Amino acid sequence: MKNQTKDDLKALSYEQAFQELEQIVEKLENDPGSLDENMALFERGQKLSQYCTGLLEKAELKVRELNAAAPSAKENEA
Amino acid sequence: MQQGTLFSSISISVGDVTRYLHELLDSDDLLRDVWVMGEVSNASTPASGHLYFTLKDATATLKCVMWKPQVMRLRFPLRAGMAVEAHGAISVYEQGGQYQLYADTIRPVGEGALYQEFLLLKNKLESEGLFDNERKRAIPTAPMKIGIITSPTGAALQDMLNTLRRRYPLAEVLIAPAAVQGEAAPAELVSALQRLNAEPGIDVILIARGGGSLEDLWAFNDEDVVRGVAGSSVPVISGVGHETDFTLTDFAADLRAPTPTAAAELATPDRQDLRERLADMSERLVASTEMKLAAASEDCTQLSSRLERVSPVWAINNQRQRLDDLSQRAGMAWQNRMQYLQVERKGWQQRLMGLNPYSVLQRGYAIVSKIDGQVIHSQTQVALQTELKIQVADGKFKARVTETASGEER
Repeated sequence: MKNQTKDDLKALSYEQAFQELEQIVEKLENDPGSLDENMALFERGQKLSQYCTGLLEKAELKVRELNAAAPSAKENEA
Repeated sequence: MQQGTLFSSISISVGDVTRYLHELLDSDDLLRDVWVMGEVSNASTPASGHLYFTLKDATATLKCVMWKPQVMRLRFPLRAGMAVEAHGAISVYEQGGQYQLYADTIRPVGEGALYQEFLLLKNKLESEGLFDNERKRAIPTAPMKIGIITSPTGAALQDMLNTLRRRYPLAEVLIAPAAVQGEAAPAELVSALQRLNAEPGIDVILIARGGGSLEDLWAFNDEDVVRGVAGSSVPVISGVGHETDFTLTDFAADLRAPTPTAAAELATPDRQDLRERLADMSERLVASTEMKLAAASEDCTQLSSRLERVSPVWAINNQRQRLDDLSQRAGMAWQNRMQYLQVERKGWQQRLMGLNPYSVLQRGYAIVSKIDGQVIHSQTQVALQTELKIQVADGKFKARVTETASGEER
């Protein structure tokens, strides 16, 4: 775990973020680890959890039509 | 014998003869399982839901009935003048005194030929291994990018988009529009598959169309389309027609969904499940961290009490206590010693008192001496008439010896 900031969360898909969260929880549950390490894991886990929640609750389906002239027509709820 | 025809023949009842005919027809292999082609007339569906109609051609008519369960599966409404092929069994309606076709399937004329074509192509592609299970790719569980091939104006597209919005709005959808019926459909479907395959990062492709007649769905049995689906580098889920419709595209796809909506469901996880799993995981995150913290604080308490024990303050306090201890003990020892000495001194005093000769006089003894002060220890020191001084506790007096004798008197 290097210097991971909020920005590199954005590059993660929901699945990737959730998997990392899962690994962190398993590590916290099973490995002794140092306090510093554990607190760092916890903070990272909290961020991942918030990020996942954000994705789940705020996501809006992005729809675009291929070969249409405008390649990014963001669609709102119909 | 001559009279027999007139009188002796045993007549049988209408019911018996009808039942006889019934059994006769039912035992005929051809009539039990037959396709009949004709033009529809007099179609009616009373409240019972059963369908009554007549098939006719230039030379004859045939009464037909279809029971409600089969009617519900009918893909098109039956109208007078339609040329159809009806499948079923010819049997007898005893109360009405008529034979009729009990139909279970009805298809427009021509579909039969299409079906033959379908079977031929299916056998061919199957023997090439195009439909083999080993070819099927796994569908990703949480796709980021979903390609959809369908008509941009069809209800199927809206059904799928609504389903995706509800279940999994995290995804991005790329629609590759294509005609899904008519002559242009196969080429457009193939092109849509190619375009989506050329797009980077597509996780899964849904190829879909709402329900329709076998003819309407025909593009999905086109050889090029089927090969395109089988050859797609991205996994394909098909959702063509209704549950009962099977197209060759379905066989070639990595996963067959019964409807477009079901295809969208099979392609995505449900947001509600994700929410629950996430909540569970967050709870475990907090709980496990709290455990770690509690353990760490326990360690901390233990360490600091160990630290106190090795610290100089502890040592000084320890020495101080020892000092207190020693001085207390010193005090005690001194006191004890003094007490002992006092007791000893009293003992000596008493013993000293015992040695004072005058104290013996108190107990009734007396000191006898001659006039010159010589203390008498023996009878040999005195003679008769010797004058003696007698000292007792409270004074003295004089006396004379009147008798002497040797030996001890007890």
